[in-house]
Amino acid sequence: MARHSTRTSHFLAGARDTLPMLVGAAPFGLIFGALVSASPLALWHGQLMSLLVFAGSSQFVAVGLVAGQTGLLVIWLTTFIVNLRHVLYAATLQPHVSHLPARWRWPLGFLLTDETFAITSVYYQRHPHAPLGHWYFLGSGLAMYLNWQGWTLLGLLFGAAFPRLQTLGLDFAMVATFIAIVVPQCKRLPWLAAALAAGAVAYASRNMPYKLGLLAAVLVGIAVGIVSLHHERRRQSDAQQGERRTASKETP
Amino acid sequence: MNYTVMIAGMAVVTIFIKAVIFVLGDRVSFPPLLREALAFVPVTVLTAIIVPMVLAPHGHGLELTWRNPQLVAALAAIVVCAATRHQLLTIGVALAVFFGWQFGVL
Repeated sequence: MARHSTRTSHFLAGARDTLPMLVGAAPFGLIFGALVSASPLALWHGQLMSLLVFAGSSQFVAVGLVAGQTGLLVIWLTTFIVNLRHVLYAATLQPHVSHLPARWRWPLGFLLTDETFAITSVYYQRHPHAPLGHWYFLGSGLAMYLNWQGWTLLGLLFGAAFPRLQTLGLDFAMVATFIAIVVPQCKRLPWLAAALAAGAVAYASRNMPYKLGLLAAVLVGIAVGIVSLHHERRRQSDAQQGERRTASKETP
Repeated sequence: MNYTVMIAGMAVVTIFIKAVIFVLGDRVSFPPLLREALAFVPVTVLTAIIVPMVLAPHGHGLELTWRNPQLVAALAAIVVCAATRHQLLTIGVALAVFFGWQFGVL
């Protein structure tokens, strides 16, 4: 009974900590639904995509490509490229789920999103050996999933009634959400340097096809971050050695 | 085009990408340098997605001007978040500034 209640409390804590992300994702679900209603796709295709694909940015890209009469293979390749970042998220979280049976790892993988990664990776940093961490992960992922289905449905229903919804600029909610995630992570210099480099390259390469500019920006940002991190470590170890030298001189 | 086939294919690609590392588990190992690289993924991906949206919201040239509500509201969000580290407050202030600027100031 006690074990059951801690499972539930971990599950609920994961959902609760994801609340800001649910609010941030709401406008996207709404806009995605509205975009589908204005595209050649049937309304139920929009819901099916949210149910089966569950990856916001690639869903947006796909609707854009459908409107542009793009071929099937290009749409699948673009989906692959846009979602490739999830491999890196999964690799970061993998040590924390590797002990679980496959019936846990498949659904947790499916439920992985930018938002749940942001919440869950912070949780595992604070509780690296949490035995019930997967219930927290499930709570966060399932909350995002149900939230996404609900807002997609609302967008589909109201999209036909308000076809100019997306021109209001509700997509700025994504910018605001991402700033709220990125800024707290930039308190250390290597992360700030990585973010600035990635932003600069993303801007410079924004017209590259298939979001390849995004991948270039991420690679350059990571390289700058690692160089900066190693520089910081070298400086710290130099400073420590300097202190030790001064200390040993002072000791009689 | 058959859109159901398109969606099914997107689902297969996405589920493969998301779950392959989790499912293969210990059979995939990552060297220390790659682990370091992974620590920079969220910050770089999210920044790379939003910077072009903020600096060139219409997809043409640079809009470094007070008449760009995305830029004004993004700067406000960065200041609020750096000062308070409060996510919901940051999002709320950013959206208020964005719509206020669009309908009130411009």
